[in-house]
Amino acid sequence: MITINVTMAVVLAVLYSVGFYLLLQRSLMRILIGIVVLGHGANLLLQLAGGPPARAPVLGTALPEEFADPLPQALALTAIVITFALTTYLLALGYRSWVLTGRDEVQDDLEDRRVAERQRPEGSMEADAEGPDDEEDPGSAAASDRTDEPAEVSGSGAAR
Amino acid sequence: MSTLVTLPVLLPILGAALTVLAARSARTQRLIGIVVLAAVSVVAAVLLVAADRTGPVVAELGGWPAPVGIVLVADRLSALLLLISTVVTLAVLVYAIGQRISDYGRETASTTFHPIFLLLSTGVSLAYLTGDLFSLFVAFEIMLAASYVLITRRTNASRIRSGMTYVIISLTSSLLFLTTIALVYAATGTVNLADLAGRVAALPEGLRTLLSMLTIVTFGIKAAMVPLHFWLPDSYPNAPAPVTALFAGLLTKVGVYALLRTQTLVFPGTGPSTVLLVLAVLTMVVGALGALAQDDLNRLLSFLLVSHIGFMLFGLAVYDARGAGGTALYIVHHITVQATLFLVSGLITRRTGTVSIDAMGGLARRSPALAVLFAVPALTLAGIPPTSGFVAKLALLQAGATGGAATAVVAGFVVLASLLTLYAMVRVWVRVFWGTEKEPLPDPDPTDELVVGTARASRPMYAATVALVAVSTAIAVAAGPLSAITEQAGADLMARTPYIEAVLG
Repeated sequence: MITINVTMAVVLAVLYSVGFYLLLQRSLMRILIGIVVLGHGANLLLQLAGGPPARAPVLGTALPEEFADPLPQALALTAIVITFALTTYLLALGYRSWVLTGRDEVQDDLEDRRVAERQRPEGSMEADAEGPDDEEDPGSAAASDRTDEPAEVSGSGAAR
Repeated sequence: MSTLVTLPVLLPILGAALTVLAARSARTQRLIGIVVLAAVSVVAAVLLVAADRTGPVVAELGGWPAPVGIVLVADRLSALLLLISTVVTLAVLVYAIGQRISDYGRETASTTFHPIFLLLSTGVSLAYLTGDLFSLFVAFEIMLAASYVLITRRTNASRIRSGMTYVIISLTSSLLFLTTIALVYAATGTVNLADLAGRVAALPEGLRTLLSMLTIVTFGIKAAMVPLHFWLPDSYPNAPAPVTALFAGLLTKVGVYALLRTQTLVFPGTGPSTVLLVLAVLTMVVGALGALAQDDLNRLLSFLLVSHIGFMLFGLAVYDARGAGGTALYIVHHITVQATLFLVSGLITRRTGTVSIDAMGGLARRSPALAVLFAVPALTLAGIPPTSGFVAKLALLQAGATGGAATAVVAGFVVLASLLTLYAMVRVWVRVFWGTEKEPLPDPDPTDELVVGTARASRPMYAATVALVAVSTAIAVAAGPLSAITEQAGADLMARTPYIEAVLG
């Protein structure tokens, strides 16, 4: 069983906690950075799974006992390539989402709102506040909500 | 024989490369896709026969022997799931081709669809066959990366949100998987599944439980197990019908397969697992109740998909040969029927121009063929005798009844969830096919492939759906020999030795 030193344990703890914290944010950019940070944490952990630093293996410059374990390095290399590629894709997707919706925010699911509207008992406080025409057209009530409102595209976003 | 094991991975990835080269010719692309998937189906069938007669077929990649190199293993479970998955993929491809022909004409080639589709098939095959935890990660990544492209292809403002949700959740679960692999390697010094089986047993119990729980969470997200299911009903319904059918049929089931493999081979327990039993009940009940609240046909089917993941978890949780065999049979049945239902839903929404069940009605009079095509898989999903759903559920219930008091109670929930499924399906039937006839609505967005109101469905689309209904009927007809194989597969999983001996020699 491999154990790691305190410095690395602290670094890993910071990377994982920062990554998960950012993942829980509402802004897409922060989520994306969260994925990147979390990916670094996972790759570092994979790298450290091979044990403490040691001499280069295979080349014949060191004795077999002094070798570093090459397998986690190979695994980490593969994993880095995969996370890199997928991060790029996510970045492109985030940009596309910003172009299409004009906002950098993860939005609520419209259909979830609609189902919630339909299930709400009649005469409950929120239903009253939304107006009497909820029953006929639940979509309009949900669509008028702040997060679901279709924003004007690009102009204001580009200025930011 | 061992070269044969590599073909289900090599053929689709080579086919993907060829379809990129043939980007100009629609006909060549379609031909390559169909030929490759048909060939893989044949190979999978041969592997299944070989694995059933002579034990697991093993290929050592690059000639490196087992704990050092990567191995591909086809035992009864892998070969069976590979076979049914490839057959379903082939049918979905035919449907997708039909849909493209009826929407865009015969001659337009697609630069992304065919290569990505075959890559997804590569990932699924590798996930079933690999005998190595890290290759399983790579397989998941190939499969998921392809699915990211398929779900966000030709996206628009309303669909991009669901695509983002899907990609972010999947990436998070992949990073958790990577973390699990790192911890497993740090603890044992190997990533070979057969080698892990021996080495994990030597670990302290606390550490073993931690690693086991991490794999349950990781694969639980991929399998859409409650309470990790929220992403599925949000994202799947927003993809075109063939893509949703493929995802619903295969992707979650690969998660269940990974769970089944790791929980039996690497983290074996003794007797029914309380954690998994509780999760199974939650998944079955929450999924079925969620389905009852829906108005969107595809979301309703997605919630039923979540509910039926619970059935498979239940078979695993019973933790004996019968339970594991029942799960294997249930996966085979469910891959077929869930894909069929989403394809039929695609045909229905093409007619109605809407996914809202409230806005449909009287469809049985206008298209009786569609009514029959919906009724058969719907009853199969609910498990009415003599369909394949009944056979699979019977296997699970038998396992539950003989597994002890706790599993017998959970078996009651299986019956309850089946009844709720039936109720949901009957509601759909009454609202969509009976009642006053409603005029089809105009296409809400003609630029995407999601809902194409009043458009004609071409013959390949119906042919593919009918073929899948026939496959699910064939499963019911061949229930005897099939359940003999799955029972043996369950016994193999529990005994562990056939797999370990085949790999480590």
